[in-house]
Amino acid sequence: MNFISKHAMYWLLTVIGAFSLATVALSRGETINALWILTAAVSIYLVAYRYYSLYIADKVMQLDPTRATPAVRHNDGLDFVPTNKYILFGHHFAAIAGAGPLVGPVLAAQMGYLPGTLWIIVGVVLAGAVQDFMVLFVSTRRDGRSLGELVKEELGLVPGIIALVGTFVIMVIILAVLALIVVKALAGSPWGTFTVAATIAIALFMGVYNRYLRPGQVGEVSVLGLVLLIGAIVLGGQVAASPDWAPLFTFNAKQLTWLLIGYGFVASVLPVWLLLAPRDYLSTFLKIGTIVGLALAMVFVAPNLRMPAFTQFVDGTGPAWSGSLFPFIFITIACGAVSGFHALISSGTTPKLLDNEGNARMIGYGAMLMESFVAIMAIVTASVIDPGVFFAMNSPAAIIGTTVEGAAQIISGWGFVITPDVLLQTAKDVGETTILSRAGGAPTLAVGMAQIFSQVVGGQAMMAFWYHFAILFEALFILTACDAGTRAGRFMLQDLLGAFVPSMKRTDSWVASLTATALCVAAWGYILYQGVVDPLGGINSLWPLFGISNQMLAGVALMLCTVVLFKMKRQRYAWVTILPTVWLLICTLAAGYEKVFDANPKIGFLALAHKFQAAIDAGTVLAPAKSMDQMKQIVFNNQLDAALAVFFIFVVVAMLYYTVIACFKALREDKITSRETPYQAVPATVARAA
Amino acid sequence: MLFDKLLSSELANMGKYLGQAARMMVGLPDYATYVRHRQLVHSELPLMTEVEFIRNRQEARYGSGRSGGCC
Repeated sequence: MNFISKHAMYWLLTVIGAFSLATVALSRGETINALWILTAAVSIYLVAYRYYSLYIADKVMQLDPTRATPAVRHNDGLDFVPTNKYILFGHHFAAIAGAGPLVGPVLAAQMGYLPGTLWIIVGVVLAGAVQDFMVLFVSTRRDGRSLGELVKEELGLVPGIIALVGTFVIMVIILAVLALIVVKALAGSPWGTFTVAATIAIALFMGVYNRYLRPGQVGEVSVLGLVLLIGAIVLGGQVAASPDWAPLFTFNAKQLTWLLIGYGFVASVLPVWLLLAPRDYLSTFLKIGTIVGLALAMVFVAPNLRMPAFTQFVDGTGPAWSGSLFPFIFITIACGAVSGFHALISSGTTPKLLDNEGNARMIGYGAMLMESFVAIMAIVTASVIDPGVFFAMNSPAAIIGTTVEGAAQIISGWGFVITPDVLLQTAKDVGETTILSRAGGAPTLAVGMAQIFSQVVGGQAMMAFWYHFAILFEALFILTACDAGTRAGRFMLQDLLGAFVPSMKRTDSWVASLTATALCVAAWGYILYQGVVDPLGGINSLWPLFGISNQMLAGVALMLCTVVLFKMKRQRYAWVTILPTVWLLICTLAAGYEKVFDANPKIGFLALAHKFQAAIDAGTVLAPAKSMDQMKQIVFNNQLDAALAVFFIFVVVAMLYYTVIACFKALREDKITSRETPYQAVPATVARAA
Repeated sequence: MLFDKLLSSELANMGKYLGQAARMMVGLPDYATYVRHRQLVHSELPLMTEVEFIRNRQEARYGSGRSGGCC
């Protein structure tokens, strides 16, 4: 009886989940309501959490609630603080959720909603949440050490350095691709540009207010900032409508690129209290609030999906990005299914705040399920808008041209019937002059969010407000990530260069930090610039590079966890990490290989370089280049992208080599060889308090 | 009467709790916890004021090699 009552709810959930999923997967031709997808996802998450994560916690990790965590052993009230599990859940979720789970699924929607949805759900249960949870466990058992240190300790010095250099390159690519999203969203949009520029002024005001006028009043200053932010969105509409003011905030993509590069440099050398900290407050609270709001609105509105389950672009000929379903859907959606970047967070502040090992399950596995739900909402949002509008926004000008008539004709020819009037009206509804070729995910998501939110609050009249609210919401935390990421990259670089030039290591030296900052900004700035001038729109080359590198990092993290399981003599449970590792290696290696060597210039970097080189040899200029110099630039850029992809392949293969060696070595040993900090019981005082 | 009191203390508790959660989302640990811990374990060491504490935590969160949130 007890057994039945304990499991009955989950049996019911399994049935509901299976039924919803079947409805989503098997319906052909008729429209599907978004709630089916949400129900399927949530039921599967709950069942996976109840059974699979418990299996990992009890059998694979053998979590021990009597074992003192680093937060308990090193409690200093500052870095190491035993923290209530719900509060820590919020902290961890706020750190892992960013632009990734919002953008990837939107781009993936070009193949229809089904492939992306299935990968998000299956990926998170078997790969993403497992990785976050395992890394949190491994780091917690080792005083909260970082991923780089853990690889060095468990696998050796050389793999440690490879992982560190790999992490730096990933960081550069992430910053470039995030900045590219902002550029794509703001180019030619005075309303968007004004509001984003206003956030800088608002953050500076908040910084000064919080430092000198009302020190320490974080809540008060955040509320004040949010009110000003709403004011800026409203004012932005006036600015865009004014013939005097609008030109001052209208920039093309190249101008915005230079502005962002300059901004990135200045922002990351300013004191943190002045700009970064207050903007982080704004972006974090806005992010959490908007995610909750979107979830509520979606249940309330219950929109129908207008995108089909599959489109013809599963064959790899899609306009937003090229490449067939396998392997490209699995790298296009990184965050939301599995994200290597989370390994850095799970081995960052979270293990130092964990009050009890037993709570690692809810925080590691649970928070990732939540992020996956955000990704599901993103793919749903992209699928509720008219597919014709979706493709108009996500196809580069090279394919659909620059007029609404031409674009409507070409897109209708693909089978997504749309009229020029609808494209014009959509742009007008959201307060923009054009919506054509706004790839990058953010604007598409913003149109979808505006359609959903305006059905709850404000109707048609509020569409433009909600669109710019959504753009601001994304731009805000992307800028925060750019600025914080440049800082983090600068420290990594100082660390790496310090090995060769000792004076570079000094973080208090202005020369050393300015040099490292400039190098870091130059690195992502260059990649951003080449994305902006890319003939196929930039997203097509940079997003796969980002996906490959992020999944590669996840592979590295999961390989580390596999080695740790072997060293703990728990190899019979190691399939839990080996399974996702193998899948990620197959996907990243296949995608990496195709991106470098594929003969189709839309996919292969070398093929595109070759195509432009051949044109140079023949003395012709191909669009979008306007001169021979630009032609040469495109050739070089694509060779550089190819080199980066080769580098990522090298990192994966090298790590695999060291992992296999370490596992066999551990098998030959007859005792446990993992380097955990020795067991220490939870002190009686803490145990009583808990 | 008793119910009202219970409710208001519950609400006050919840407010405190939500405030702590919101601050922790931006990496600010609880000041009262820090003070309690210091008094209990290191009463001989100087104690930061709340403003100093917040500045110290801001520097620690952004001023070092912390990775900049997720992608």
